[in-house]
Amino acid sequence: MNINITKYYYGDIPEEKGGGNTAKTESTANWPLWEVFIRSKQGLDHKHVGSLHATDAAMAIENARDVYTRRMEGISIWVVESKYIHASSPDDAAAFYEPANDKVYRHPTFYDLPDELKHM
Amino acid sequence: MQTLINYTLYLADNALILAQRNAEWCGHGPILEQDIALTNISLDLLGQSRSFYQYAAQLINAEHPSAMPATEDSLAYLRDVFAFRNILMNELPNGDWGQTVLRQFFFSAYQFPLFERMKHSSDATLAAIAEKSLKEVTYHLRWSSEWVIRLGDGTEESHSRMEKALDELWTYTGEIFEPAPYEKAAVEAGFGVDATSLKDAWMERVSNILQEATLTVPAPRWMQTGGKEGKHSEHLGFVLAEMQFLQRAYPNATW
Amino acid sequence: MSVQELEKIFQQKIDQEIKIEPKDWMPEAYRKTLVRQISQHAHSEIIGMLPEGNWITRAPSLKRKAILLAKVQDEAGHGLYLYAATETLGTSREQTMDDLHSGKAKYSSIFNYPTLTWGDIGAIGWLVDGAAILNQVMLCRTSYGPYSRANIRICKEESFHQRQGFEILLVLSQGTPEQKAICQDAINRWWWPSLMMFGPKDGESTHSEQSTIWKIKRKSNDELRQQFVNMIAEQVKILGMTLPDADLKYNEQTKNYEFGEIDWNEFWNVVKGNGPCNKQRLDTRRKAHENGAWVRAAAEAHSAKRAARKQEQAKVA
Repeated sequence: MNINITKYYYGDIPEEKGGGNTAKTESTANWPLWEVFIRSKQGLDHKHVGSLHATDAAMAIENARDVYTRRMEGISIWVVESKYIHASSPDDAAAFYEPANDKVYRHPTFYDLPDELKHM
Repeated sequence: MQTLINYTLYLADNALILAQRNAEWCGHGPILEQDIALTNISLDLLGQSRSFYQYAAQLINAEHPSAMPATEDSLAYLRDVFAFRNILMNELPNGDWGQTVLRQFFFSAYQFPLFERMKHSSDATLAAIAEKSLKEVTYHLRWSSEWVIRLGDGTEESHSRMEKALDELWTYTGEIFEPAPYEKAAVEAGFGVDATSLKDAWMERVSNILQEATLTVPAPRWMQTGGKEGKHSEHLGFVLAEMQFLQRAYPNATW
Repeated sequence: MSVQELEKIFQQKIDQEIKIEPKDWMPEAYRKTLVRQISQHAHSEIIGMLPEGNWITRAPSLKRKAILLAKVQDEAGHGLYLYAATETLGTSREQTMDDLHSGKAKYSSIFNYPTLTWGDIGAIGWLVDGAAILNQVMLCRTSYGPYSRANIRICKEESFHQRQGFEILLVLSQGTPEQKAICQDAINRWWWPSLMMFGPKDGESTHSEQSTIWKIKRKSNDELRQQFVNMIAEQVKILGMTLPDADLKYNEQTKNYEFGEIDWNEFWNVVKGNGPCNKQRLDTRRKAHENGAWVRAAAEAHSAKRAARKQEQAKVA
């Protein structure tokens, strides 16, 4: 079987497909790809909702408005060109996240206290 | 009362016919994101037309009680060409994407100051519809302005296409500010907006955007008029034939 | 790590219902299968805009026009979400679309049938979207994260599509004799093609087995088809209409509706490009794309000019 072991180190999108100033392999124009983050209501974080194509940031925000907020999904939009997202590698998962596994004392449930103790 | 009805129908017809034209793009846009964007504008305009038609129907039914009361649909689907009051520009075929966005820009640049004034209309319903619509139009104006700039100041091809579109449409822009008798009467009655008074603001905005788009404002020329008083181009008949087909083919059916 | 070990870890994740994300290692065949399936799904949404889009300008009331316009627009959005999912696999939208335009990529054959009457808009919503929803609900649980998330978003938005279609038919079914005839005629023409939407029978589906092991697909074609028939056979009673299948009958023991044989000859013919509208649909899509080329180029050129001016200004300052 033909196996692909290419690993990508830029967000969800392989670098060369990220658009922007990267060299184009196709003859036809392809607008850069942007990631869209939306705050659904005041007080909440912006959350990644998807991606879209646009030629610049202003257009990306408007496209996000037209594509991702048609059902009152948001009140604020962030966009970032996909190629600028840097992401951790799945290969590092063990070294990055597993050492946290045994630090149970960081969690409130670790402490065995009498039931009479209130408001703690 | 008849003045208010006519004036409201004018506002409704303008919105409906442009919504219908813009809707023709759905599924055929230059890129998915913009296909969706233009459809949003079409939906907004369609919504505006419905608000105006519903109000007009209410007024008509109060004035002329009938066994077959007027509805938004009877007004949209059962009037013939001469009863439609939309400006000629809105009924023109779409042309290319450039012509479509330029027309949208011209129209939004008119609707924007119109609704800004109309939200203070002495007629509470018109004022309320204007206030709601103004938010939509603010976005249409922004979107269409940006597209005019982009295409005017884009590639050589897009620039020459925009010049052509400008030449095509300019002759229809004068009608916007040539008030029909019912518009004048509406101003006198206190609920209408004086179209002539919107011209300077429109021209200033249009000049600025065209300049940014590296396009030249055309020299004054003969302006086509007539739509506001039911004297249309040949295009409207085909728009209506298509739009009204089912209502005409199956009279009195419910859909 | 050897490829065999990577494959083993990969399959273990799938078996434990852990979603695969874009940067995770995946077998090339898994990637290829996903790209093929997701792009077909995307193309179906985009081509699917055309038969319904036909009726936007002719919708019989302003309310129906607004609903249909919003619905067809949703399909564009769904196509967009799905193309974005293929992009996470390293295939650009442009590339994917080129494959559609060149005729290399397939899309759901259902959209190669014509929409002749307003009843067809109802039938598409009820039957075609109904079939698509069953598939998409299953795909919300697919093993590939971005595809699963796209389907969740799609399902949320689609929930009104089937309802509006049924409502169109319901109004027709309660209308004039002509309207009733329109309703029955539309059901007659869309019923069999809808059943074909679930694809070949389980034994004859080439990609099914591996897709099931990878949990890309979670139900077989025949399972989904049966689920669909059971649902529609009941709903059609509310319309007072019939399904055009003399063999359709309820089996008390299996609690399933049995149904007649699908015309597989027709199915394969439409897949191969001989459907009534194959050529028309593709030509329309190609034309839209080609007519949009200057617009896309101009927007890109303008942004580049703007960025250059900004840089120039920064230098001066």
